[in-house]
Amino acid sequence: MNNHEPVRGRHRLIERYSRGERTNHWIIAITFVLLALSGLALFHPAMFWLTSLFGGGPWTRILHPFVGVFMFLCFVVFAARMWRYNLMDERDRVWLKHGRDVINNREDRLPEVGRYNGGQKLLYFVLVICMIGLLLSGIVIWRQYFSFYFPIEIIRAASVIHAICGLVMICAIIVHIYAGIWVKGSVGAMVRGTVTWGWAWKHHRAWFRESRKEPLGK
Amino acid sequence: MSMQSLDIKRRSATTTPPPSVREPVPASVAKLIDVSKCIGCKACQSACMEWNDLRDVVGEAVGVYDNPPDLTEHSWTVMRFSEYQNPQGDLEWLIRKDGCMHCEDPGCLKACPSPGAIVQYTNGIVDFHEENCIGCGYCVTGCPFNVPRISKKDHKAYKCTLCSDRVAVGQEPACVKTCPTGAIVFGTKEDMKQHAADRIEDLKSRGFDKAGLYDPAGVGGTHVMYVLHHADQPGLYHGLPANPTISPMVALWKGIAKPLGLAAVALTALAGFFHYVRVGPNEVSEEDERRAEDMPLDDPGPDGYGRPHIPPGGGPPTPQETRHE
Repeated sequence: MNNHEPVRGRHRLIERYSRGERTNHWIIAITFVLLALSGLALFHPAMFWLTSLFGGGPWTRILHPFVGVFMFLCFVVFAARMWRYNLMDERDRVWLKHGRDVINNREDRLPEVGRYNGGQKLLYFVLVICMIGLLLSGIVIWRQYFSFYFPIEIIRAASVIHAICGLVMICAIIVHIYAGIWVKGSVGAMVRGTVTWGWAWKHHRAWFRESRKEPLGK
Repeated sequence: MSMQSLDIKRRSATTTPPPSVREPVPASVAKLIDVSKCIGCKACQSACMEWNDLRDVVGEAVGVYDNPPDLTEHSWTVMRFSEYQNPQGDLEWLIRKDGCMHCEDPGCLKACPSPGAIVQYTNGIVDFHEENCIGCGYCVTGCPFNVPRISKKDHKAYKCTLCSDRVAVGQEPACVKTCPTGAIVFGTKEDMKQHAADRIEDLKSRGFDKAGLYDPAGVGGTHVMYVLHHADQPGLYHGLPANPTISPMVALWKGIAKPLGLAAVALTALAGFFHYVRVGPNEVSEEDERRAEDMPLDDPGPDGYGRPHIPPGGGPPTPQETRHE
């Protein structure tokens, strides 16, 4: 084994996310939190106090769409990078059917997983659909620059679509965050860029096998 | 302006009761506009500008009498002129004073996300409090009559206040005060309905057998009502909607979606928390690390002699796995 191979404690490491991917992911994550908080503030009176975080109601209204467009652009780059790893195949469908084994930590009963499992791929496509829905409906309800181009019925429909896509996305991201807390070692993958061999072997064995055929390390 | 804090019936984006210590007078107010008496002089528009101290920009002629051509943040009422050829072949010039209808069930107030930016007083007047307005334009989305206008300058929403400041001190709205033909009258809603009934009877005796009162039930009735000579065809009056209601889209968005949406978010988070408490984390053991180390570089994967695609549920480990134990 070569001496430059990354190690954490006595476990050997394998790179999962490059520096650029990690940066891109966390920019999306930060903008998402800002958007979820400001979006909920304008969605439900019980959440209106969150506008204080953004400098009050008018500033929340001003900032939300700009941050949203910025997140969309970052997401497009990220989603394009991840596209080829997230195409569903038969193995993913079988994985998804074993939902009960998944949530009960019985990974030995699941088919082997490549770079992403069926659940992660499902999340990917839910996010892609929500992001497109949010961008298009968001432009329609962006009163200051765009709303006057659209008939009122379209604006009303866009308001509903924006709320639904936003809520679905918030729920999906809660699942995503929880999965990171639940499956130990996942947060490290996105923070430090690496996972241990054991992590890769246990959760993404097919990816681990492929990765080992290529030179390891950074 | 919030001048009547003890007389507020409904407040936007507020889920607790408004101040209700003062017993409201049961009667609400209404402005009645008798279209059949209107001569289109626009004195009401001038009075509105004067009382509210608003000056619209001098626009350009667009070929119709409507001036300005639409409601704006400066013009809270606009005379709408419609030419109608009746079945007898005669021309009728239908002139409707457009502006906020002060719905009993206001779509603007329902849609507004900012607490106290829109209020409804116990007398029925729906008022915008611009100091609380955030400029999102949801009131425009919610309004069934296309009335609120957002200023391009300050991005606040504006519309007719029914001169709530005048009414609060016992005066009639400025447009009512100035109308030279008595086409606009103001009083309790009951009195205005009675007055309208007399007018409708008169109109019917003059051949307008479809004359009637416009007080649309779909928005709970309005505190601005019209006497129309053709009450069966409100659309003749510059597209006055026949059955205005809060759009089902707005009702969904600002109704059931709000509690359901928050519940979905909260339940998702709780499901995660209790999953962690009940099932616990998915951790990588030393055993997993060792097996990873021991996996041969030329491991053929599930299609060779290694693990099958789907191992028999919870069955004994395959020989390949036991080899390293």
